Amino acid sequence: MKTTSLTRLILVMLVVACGSAALLGFVYEITKAPIQKANDEKELAAISGVILEEFNNNPFKERTLIPGKHKGQLTLYPARKDGKIKAVAIKTSSDKAFGGKIELIVGFFLDGTISGYQIISSKETPGLGSKVSDAKFSEQFIGIRPKKKTFKVKQDGGEIDAVTAATISSRAVIDAIQKAYDAYHKFSTRM
Amino acid sequence: MKQTSYKNLTRGIISENPTLVMLLGMCPTLGVTTTALNGLGMGLATLFVLILSNTAVSLVKNFIPATIRIPCYITIIASFVTIVELLMTAYFPSIHAALGIYIPLIVVNCIILGRAEAFAAHNNVFQSLLDALGMGIGFTFALVALGLIREILGAGAAFGYQFIGEDGYPILMFIMPPGAFLALAGLIILFNKLRRE
Repeated sequence: MKTTSLTRLILVMLVVACGSAALLGFVYEITKAPIQKANDEKELAAISGVILEEFNNNPFKERTLIPGKHKGQLTLYPARKDGKIKAVAIKTSSDKAFGGKIELIVGFFLDGTISGYQIISSKETPGLGSKVSDAKFSEQFIGIRPKKKTFKVKQDGGEIDAVTAATISSRAVIDAIQKAYDAYHKFSTRM
Repeated sequence: MKQTSYKNLTRGIISENPTLVMLLGMCPTLGVTTTALNGLGMGLATLFVLILSNTAVSLVKNFIPATIRIPCYITIIASFVTIVELLMTAYFPSIHAALGIYIPLIVVNCIILGRAEAFAAHNNVFQSLLDALGMGIGFTFALVALGLIREILGAGAAFGYQFIGEDGYPILMFIMPPGAFLALAGLIILFNKLRRE
């Protein structure tokens, strides 16, 4: 093997790194707007999917931040009909999922009953943890109120059927919904 | 010359199929192939990165000293993977959502570094491109085949089309990790038997 001077090694590495960085910066700039747009569309679709009441405003445009129970802030999307609030959707997340963070949008009727949820972003295993977005699991939540004692998976003594082989992902969904409910509860009692 | 080009292209698909003959890149192979569509998405993303990285490595091979070639290749590959991920998030959000954590793993897929090191570093751009195309198609083929087998057996569906209803009893194990190993083993046996004949 031919020996190469240290200066040359450093120089080559530097050129490769700078070239890559420039290319990445360029692609990041051109994809920034489309990514934002795709995310917005996804949220809007999720909001209309979880709110079961009729509404005629744009909840996405009227979003506000509400404080969580302990810390942080959650985004609340109010669904109004002719100016009157009919239901809300809340963006919430949990860090306890199998692949790290899981983000979802939960819909609530005004009394705090869940009207459904949709996963916005997750890093769960495809085919296993990702099944928390399937109807078989998610339909269990419709119409119930997250009361502390029974709002757990069956393994933890609650009444939610976890997705087979994906208990951790199921727990994370419950955790996120609980957070959203707590925040909504706090918000609605002050309203 | 023409014959070598042909050989470089087809080698990756059959005689040296990266997944089914060389057994490279097992992590994405076993991990993402829960459905045929996921396999297709992962295969095409890898194909794309493989073409870019093989071409780039082949172009810069004479400037890169042998002692630091691996860090240079990895930097190049990682950049292309990030580009693919950004493009996918922007224009194919649903596929990106399904493949999730596996896209960044393309960086450490040994097929890509393997082809850069074993082929692109010694051959010209055109031959490297053919090699990448062949290897990528071979990888995609293997992933789609494996995904299809697992989806049919494990979920009673093919390419998302459900042919066993909710009340049917698919063999759930094939969607889970042990099923991945079993299905892959079966596929390797079948492929190598057919290949030898």
